[in-house]
Amino acid sequence: MRLEVSLRGERGLLLDTLSALVALAVTVAIAGLIFAALGADPLAGLHAFFLSPLLDAWSLQEVAVKAAPLILIGLGLSLCYRANVWNIGAEGQFTAGALLGSVPAVLFPDWQGPLVLPAMLILGMVGGMAYAAIPAFLKVRFRANEILTSLMLAYVALLVLDYLVRGPWRDPMGFNFPESRLFTGDQRLLRLVEGTRLHAGLLLVVAAVPLVWFVTRYTLAGFSLRVIGEAPRAGAFAGFSRARITYAVFAACGALAGLAGILEIAGTVGQLRPVISPGYGFAAIIVAFLGRLSPLGVAMAGLVLAVSYIGAEAAQVSIGVSDKVARVIQGTLLFSVLACDALARYRLRLVTTPAGAPAAGE
Amino acid sequence: MTVESATSAETTTGADAPAKGLAPRVAMRAIAKSFGSVRALTGVDLTVMPGEIHALLGENGAGKSTLVKILYGALKPDSGSVEFDGERIADVSPAAARSRGIVMVFQHFSLFEALSVAENIALALPGRRADTALSEEIRTISRRYGLAVEPEASVAELDVGARQRVELLRCLMQDPRLLILDEPTSVLTPQEADKLFEVLRRLSAEGCSILYITHRLEEVRQLCSGATILRRGAFIAHVDPKAETVASLARAMVGSDVPVIAEERVSERSEIALSVRDLSLPRPGLFGVALKDVSLDLHAGEIVAIAGVAGNGQRELFDALSGEQPVGSGVLFLDEVDIGTRGIAARRRAGLALVPEERNGHAAVPGLALGENIVLTRHGRTDGTVGNGVVRFSAARRLAARIREAFDVRAGEGDPPAGSLSGGNLQKFVVGREIDRKPRVLVVNQPTWGVDARAANEIRAALIALARQGSAVLVISQDLDEVFDIADRIAVMADGRLSEPQPRHDMTREAVGRLMTAGEEAEDAA
Repeated sequence: MRLEVSLRGERGLLLDTLSALVALAVTVAIAGLIFAALGADPLAGLHAFFLSPLLDAWSLQEVAVKAAPLILIGLGLSLCYRANVWNIGAEGQFTAGALLGSVPAVLFPDWQGPLVLPAMLILGMVGGMAYAAIPAFLKVRFRANEILTSLMLAYVALLVLDYLVRGPWRDPMGFNFPESRLFTGDQRLLRLVEGTRLHAGLLLVVAAVPLVWFVTRYTLAGFSLRVIGEAPRAGAFAGFSRARITYAVFAACGALAGLAGILEIAGTVGQLRPVISPGYGFAAIIVAFLGRLSPLGVAMAGLVLAVSYIGAEAAQVSIGVSDKVARVIQGTLLFSVLACDALARYRLRLVTTPAGAPAAGE
Repeated sequence: MTVESATSAETTTGADAPAKGLAPRVAMRAIAKSFGSVRALTGVDLTVMPGEIHALLGENGAGKSTLVKILYGALKPDSGSVEFDGERIADVSPAAARSRGIVMVFQHFSLFEALSVAENIALALPGRRADTALSEEIRTISRRYGLAVEPEASVAELDVGARQRVELLRCLMQDPRLLILDEPTSVLTPQEADKLFEVLRRLSAEGCSILYITHRLEEVRQLCSGATILRRGAFIAHVDPKAETVASLARAMVGSDVPVIAEERVSERSEIALSVRDLSLPRPGLFGVALKDVSLDLHAGEIVAIAGVAGNGQRELFDALSGEQPVGSGVLFLDEVDIGTRGIAARRRAGLALVPEERNGHAAVPGLALGENIVLTRHGRTDGTVGNGVVRFSAARRLAARIREAFDVRAGEGDPPAGSLSGGNLQKFVVGREIDRKPRVLVVNQPTWGVDARAANEIRAALIALARQGSAVLVISQDLDEVFDIADRIAVMADGRLSEPQPRHDMTREAVGRLMTAGEEAEDAA
């Protein structure tokens, strides 16, 4: 007896969408089992985790705030993955963006005016881009595996952040807490609605989705990504440079992740702290795949993953499970997506005749 | 080396006419097979007698490979019956087919390059290992059939002809009762092909049936005592090829007269369009070929064909001309401008057009629509498909439609993905995409490889028409008929060296065959 794997025919949007929805359903089912194993009522757990975040206004705001970085980074990663560039280090690019973007507010705290915020956002993008350029350079120049280099650089960035907020950038008036000074006035993003946490950066996210869609769908640059990703030799034949595309997707992803980083600081947190992200850069990998690497899909998947963060907090309060369960369920979601994609692309068949043995009828 | 004439009238086979009362080796009746809405086969019959060499003829897409896959057990027919030696076969599987003695030599070889000959053969024989006993057996059989094969040699070091001998030997070790050969001579020199025919005749005399798939009708008349003709999945006729002419066989295959390429061309020497000067390149990888002092002047308005068995540096030469492999300055000139340091896109802007050997994944992306595939080589400033960095897909689709119209590319409705086209139609599309640009120089590698007779003729006619309009055309081809059909001058590539191009009427097939093996003889003499 053996398992045979064969390629199915055409892939379509319908099959892709269906596969993502099945993956979500499988994840919900496994989440129920996890809650049961933790000794909680599975139905109450699922309600708290998946539904309660959608049921009151405060939670919905929080979903939007958490979805913003996930969507921005997910858009960037989807560009990389389309071109078969496996950038795993968006968490580092996010952090680098937050650090460089914070330079005006931290080092020139008295700088106010209409220019300070644009300067911070641009510096944030430049920071993410520069940091992403490192694994791109290593890949192009030395053929170093970008999965390893980008991932390792993510931890370097997190440690640099930790060092800065405990050392040189610590708030002198902050009672020795490992935090930077609070950003003030024009260094913060405007609130969209007074009294909420919805900040003006969300508008940039809303603008980024159609922009990335347009670039991938209609420009020669976006076309070259698809060609290089699907058939590298045909890409070379078309005259698209593999090296240039590697730099371009790393730079674009770094810029988006860096923007997400500085938006998070200037919009939501308001200062630098040792930990500024609950793993947005890693969760965005799931967002990119769950969203089928398409901009609109990424936007929807970003909201789903944001729900899992808020849901974990809700479940912690209502049924008393650890909020680490969010990580477990996010991981389950990634595995489900990959498994469903594999089953959608390949047919599995259990063959009972051993290979080489004479078949019946002889 | 004595050379038999390729058109020799010597046509005896072991079993000319099937003996009366003998059960056929294979009898397929009313076979039908559909893939979704596509009917690949409808009511096809095939009968092969013991010891018969039987040809299976048809254009690409006629259903030959589907029929063979059913026979080989890789596909199940929707209806119809298959009998083997008079016994009806209920269960089809490749393993069952092999145990009955049905073996196949594929057009694209299935050998592991990193393994030795004996190891490759052992893999096909359940329960055998590559030990001295097996090597001895390989030597015995290779002597018996005159197939020179060294069991300890590494497959990576063998040329295509030798690889085919290994495949054939591997089949012979399995005591075949039916041997299926798919386009076996397409990779052989004329001399090698004659040797293969001797082996096949000998096998046939020993009672092994042979099903011979080819598009070379002259070979069928030489070798086969029966032929089954398919057209668009339907059974057309069962004929005696010796009673037919090449033209009548072609007519039955295609369903109409095959357009004959116009002869008599006046090729006046005009200026040199493309010049290669002493191009040498190191081996690009473990399995590549080094280029050695390749020189060539290609004049505007002429077609130069480079003949040679695949794997002698043709691919490397193409990559060097296209710019996918950098060559540096001083060796490659287009209209006396050094283009050696330019990339492929810049060479296109200078007037170079290219059609590589591999259609899927190199010349075209199978998953992209035809309109999108246009953009691959047509995104230059003058092509009108890109403006300000934005692709004008509607313009690209119009261009694709124009090329489909002009080159009679048959494809599905709308703008179908390139992967849905048959080999011949996709080849017409990728050749048409370049000819449509009216390039100064066109370089084509294997223009009609795996393409049906009608499409092949259309492609050759288009190449000739392009040269008449003043473009320089370089054709790299291992199909000698094609080389003699279209070339004004012929050069031969062997072991990374290129012979001096000679006018076609000064060349013979035998001379080309000798040049193909020139490298080996030089090595033998050394």
